[in-house]
Amino acid sequence: MQSNPQLNANGELRHLLSIEGLPREVLLGILDTAASFVGVTEREVKKVPLLRGKSVFNLFFEPSTRTRTTFEIAAKRLSADVINLNVAASSQTKGESLLDTVSNLSAMQADLFVVRHGSSGAPFLIAQHVKPHEHVVNAGDGRHAHPTQGLLDLYTIRHYKQDFTRLRVAVVGDILHSRVARSLIHGLTTLGTPEVRVIGPRTLMPTGVEALGVKVFNKMEEGLQDVDVVVMLRLQNERMRGALLPSAQEFFKHYGLTAQKLALAKPDAIVMHPGPMNRGVEIDSTVADGPHSVILPQVTFGIAVRMAVMSIVAGN
Amino acid sequence: MSPPLPDAEKLCAQLVAELKPALTPGTAMIGLYTGGVWLAERLHAALGIAEPLGTMDIAFYRDDYHQQGLARDPKRTQIPFSVEGRDLLLVDDVLYTGRTVRAAMNELFDYGRPASISLVVLADRGGRELPICAQFCGSRVEVPAGMRLRLLRHDSGLLELELQHAE
Repeated sequence: MQSNPQLNANGELRHLLSIEGLPREVLLGILDTAASFVGVTEREVKKVPLLRGKSVFNLFFEPSTRTRTTFEIAAKRLSADVINLNVAASSQTKGESLLDTVSNLSAMQADLFVVRHGSSGAPFLIAQHVKPHEHVVNAGDGRHAHPTQGLLDLYTIRHYKQDFTRLRVAVVGDILHSRVARSLIHGLTTLGTPEVRVIGPRTLMPTGVEALGVKVFNKMEEGLQDVDVVVMLRLQNERMRGALLPSAQEFFKHYGLTAQKLALAKPDAIVMHPGPMNRGVEIDSTVADGPHSVILPQVTFGIAVRMAVMSIVAGN
Repeated sequence: MSPPLPDAEKLCAQLVAELKPALTPGTAMIGLYTGGVWLAERLHAALGIAEPLGTMDIAFYRDDYHQQGLARDPKRTQIPFSVEGRDLLLVDDVLYTGRTVRAAMNELFDYGRPASISLVVLADRGGRELPICAQFCGSRVEVPAGMRLRLLRHDSGLLELELQHAE
């Protein structure tokens, strides 16, 4: 049985497309490996020779600075050659032309594709067409998944809270448009987190979200009670076509994380955000810069996590 | 039947005696996971080396990554002293092809330029594929074809050499 397109015949990770469906051992293997790479990133020489001679293509059909940069740094610290392509996606150039792009890069001896695409499933499509020695890492596809962000969130939670099986985690904001939320929720439940909450207005809550194993709250004051971890999501203006919200100010009033609302969580709660932050929209500056915030460590851990993912898939 | 394996505890004591006169004031020690760390912990304590013990996992420097992939659960390398200009004792349990030592030296040089590196092993089973030798060696051990020699640590802390069928 080889139903999971991410795994090879031995059950090892060949592509990273989605956290959904990945076995617990594979997730823990990535987190353990990332911990060792954190050691490398703290050295003076922050480079190891694992991917020497390999070419990593950053294939971004959607704009991104942070994710692309951290993938680039991670690949360079693995000694790979990195080629950045910012491909403008137009509505006519989906499907066949996407695969044509990949075939051309493959002819340039690509070894690993890091793909971000506005359409859900694009990295899956590419993974189905690449050669046996080529690997695909999903850097965010549509509303579907952002597995390396989910993994770095898991890494951060594990770093500060150790044991997932005792935690109450709240994910707050625009759940509907958030691939970050989806990836994190799948990871948290796979690793045995007993209570995952999602908090947001009804208009930004996907229907049937309970099926993911989460508790739904529409009020911050209720959802934040006694949580260990608060994950704030970015209000994604560029994804909001319809009039789902009255205004950013209105959103902040109800769902923005302030010190006052954070006081409802456990005293040692950590606050996370995938970035980039909209200060004064989903998070108040006093919280973003406050003692509970682990937002900048998340970025640092993200490099080690991406090093782990790339070195694991490229070796399988 | 192959001859019995040497007693790891005796070899350990013998290494302590050999290493003692070779120590310099700046000597530091690094053990290689897993067996080398066990041995290094013993040697480090017995020799009273001032610098804390370093531990190294060479997973990110292996030369068979492209055939084998990344080792599962690599440990974090921790070198709690400056390598620059130092006399280093690199400790492993068994010396075989020499590839682990090559990888360890490559990793070490990403931490700095040591004054010297000496290799300390409990057992040398021959079969070198690289020009590497141990400056301090407990014993030479004949290992039958298809077998693997490795160090065990019992719950009591006692060290023992063991033969295993190679995979």
